[in-house]
Amino acid sequence: MTDDIYTFKVLRYDAKEPEKEAAFSSYRVRVIPGLTVLTVLLRIRDELDGTLAFRSSCRAATCGSCAMVINGKPGLACRTQVAPFESRTIVLEPLPNFEIIRDLVVDMAPFWNMYERISPYLIRHSPAPEKEIIQSPEDRKRIDQFVNCILCACCYGACEVMRREPDYVGPAAFAKLQRFMLDSRDERPDRFLESVNNGQGLWGCDTLLRCIDACPKEVRPTDAIVGLRKSLVKYRIKRAFGMDGHED
Amino acid sequence: MIHHDVVIVGGGLAGLRAAVGLCDRHDVALVSKVHPIRSHSIAAQGGINAALGNNPDARDDTWEKHTFDTIKGSDYLADQDAVEIMCKEAINVVYEMDHWGCPFSRFPDGTICQRPFGGAGFPRTCYSADLTGHVLLNTLYERAVAKGVRVYAEYVAVALAAEDGTCHGVVLIDQVRGTIIPVLAKATLFATGGYGRVYFHSTNALINNGSGIGMAYAAGVPMKDMEFVQFHPTTLLGTNILMTEACRGEGGYLINNKGERFMERYVPKAMELAPRDIVSRSIQTEIETGNAFENEQGLYVHLDLRHLGERMILERLPGIRRISIDFAGVDPVREPIPIMPCQHYSMGGIDTNTRGETTLKAFYAAGECACVSVHGGNRLGGNSLLDTIVFGKICAASIDEFLREQRRAPVEGVVARKKEEMEIKIRKLSDSGNESPFRVLDDLRKTMDECVGIFRTEGELEAGLERVLAIRERYRRVKVSSSALHMNYELIGALELESMIDVGHAITLGALLRRESRGAHFRRDYTKRNDQDWLKHTLVTRGAGGEPFVSYRPPVITRYQPMERVY
Repeated sequence: MTDDIYTFKVLRYDAKEPEKEAAFSSYRVRVIPGLTVLTVLLRIRDELDGTLAFRSSCRAATCGSCAMVINGKPGLACRTQVAPFESRTIVLEPLPNFEIIRDLVVDMAPFWNMYERISPYLIRHSPAPEKEIIQSPEDRKRIDQFVNCILCACCYGACEVMRREPDYVGPAAFAKLQRFMLDSRDERPDRFLESVNNGQGLWGCDTLLRCIDACPKEVRPTDAIVGLRKSLVKYRIKRAFGMDGHED
Repeated sequence: MIHHDVVIVGGGLAGLRAAVGLCDRHDVALVSKVHPIRSHSIAAQGGINAALGNNPDARDDTWEKHTFDTIKGSDYLADQDAVEIMCKEAINVVYEMDHWGCPFSRFPDGTICQRPFGGAGFPRTCYSADLTGHVLLNTLYERAVAKGVRVYAEYVAVALAAEDGTCHGVVLIDQVRGTIIPVLAKATLFATGGYGRVYFHSTNALINNGSGIGMAYAAGVPMKDMEFVQFHPTTLLGTNILMTEACRGEGGYLINNKGERFMERYVPKAMELAPRDIVSRSIQTEIETGNAFENEQGLYVHLDLRHLGERMILERLPGIRRISIDFAGVDPVREPIPIMPCQHYSMGGIDTNTRGETTLKAFYAAGECACVSVHGGNRLGGNSLLDTIVFGKICAASIDEFLREQRRAPVEGVVARKKEEMEIKIRKLSDSGNESPFRVLDDLRKTMDECVGIFRTEGELEAGLERVLAIRERYRRVKVSSSALHMNYELIGALELESMIDVGHAITLGALLRRESRGAHFRRDYTKRNDQDWLKHTLVTRGAGGEPFVSYRPPVITRYQPMERVY
């Protein structure tokens, strides 16, 4: 059996040695059905090349560590099976729209900065009740898809706007913002949206839906962006008619 | 040298909860070898126990009943004062997490959903579908962001700096910049997680290798009850990804190759919802007596959810369905899930008291790396998330109190010396030797699986101990490709491997010496619990020459005299 031998081409680069250009290293690996890209990467590092750098942890598509570009598409290495690919060559590259630290490890700092920009936490002014804050199952359901986001940044890697506008808030942060805006327990005022009422914010999105395509957890960041735009417009209309007096 | 009042190592639930509790009054650094949101708490699925009494079938539930269930589940090895503290505080922490925005699933009346779990008298496991760890970790990280906690992400702790019975700080490797950094701290808390990756088959993330427990041990703190290793009954065949106990809590069946719900033969009353140690042994017995299915990935039984119906699976177990499809090509709506038991949780760990204090002054531990002990010989499902948050919170209070009273400042020289020691160690690892760190680790993992598994015997344990000693010898010759410090996962792995060997050694030794069966520790040659001789915690301390020294301590018993454990 020779047809189960795959060639893994991995883009190598080290920000500590900027004089050396990025280049592919090739590894030949035997693949059995059920093997994921991450399993192969771990085997390469364990048995063939100890210097290969990539992030990984849970290997079950929950921690969001191993986002990378696999044969041209952003995805999680742990969730991607090798066998279904038609080609016997698998090309692995770091997520685009980020600086490379080493090999497949990118600098996520800009991603976390955008996440922090939208105040990603429940904001309340009312005193806490003795027990839980009552929330109906219907209200809980409204935030479901956005709660599922694992912050892996596949959507940032896939986003066309990100490419030309590095200061764009981006899909994951907006999904998180909508998760709080829609939460019946959150009391942030609608005017909070003014902070993202610009070209690098809510109006930056081209609605190409690449983020939806790239998401490994079936989150639809574009739904969040469209929803937030509607809320913003509603708020502006209310304000124009002087109806926003008791917002918070 | 960096200075902080408190350095917390570990960005999972225990570490984050402690940081959130301390950051208002003290200068806190939260160090994590992965970004905190990647911590393994994220992978917990089924839920967190608290006697809220929200479920219509649990109106009579109380924290005292939760305490009793936990103690009985522990096979009476847990310290009863510690369990009382945890179960009482459970109610507060669950409400607190809700107030901080945790999106728990909701009952029609708008209260937090609770489901039945193994070994519990009432449905008291609070949940968010099958993503409870994910929502709890996100909520606590969000709280940490709101409070501006200082996070050192992708900094790996490689050693504790201790002298004269006091902890003075830690030595870190900054993986991004590739530097080694000594940190001076008035108090240090480890919340570094479990040691699952010491085993070949484990549900744990790759980062869970017990390195924190090993570092504490190297600094003179005892490991406690290490032989009590939880094997989860239902892990996905092949990848060993966790299939939450909630699958059975919601009504799932375990079925063998004869089509039987075989739990009927082992625990006819509790059936699939017997505690994990018992269900795992039942499955393993089915496997060993020819009642298992077999394919190229091994022997397995079925976890059958089909009778729950598509709607319930999609609503309560959507993550399980997704994992089954993605990783096993099986849709549980239509087919049963192939599962096997394997390593899942570390009941043992760093010896602490109910305040999170250790034998080393100014050094604390919380969460899975710690052994208080609230889980004793066997942890109940839904109690691990609880343990992390409750004892993270308690540690914050103890450290706060300690810092207010503390008079002696930590000593820079101690941390500086430890840093130099680590530099020499790293140089040596890349200098000479002929052993691949991976081969040595692979051998350790196979040894633990083969010799210190679900069922244990004197002969296997003795063989295991010999193999661990040989592995320890080989470790001296381990060599890595490069001494570069930035994103050098091979080097970090090789440094952590030393801790893993210590952990494996303590597990094997504790299991060999304990001639009884209690909780998850089952000896085929001593099948009964023996309270007369063995109602005691095992403590393993590092001797002067590096050899393990074993001692014992009786558990704290308050109100519940040990009884036969029947379900």
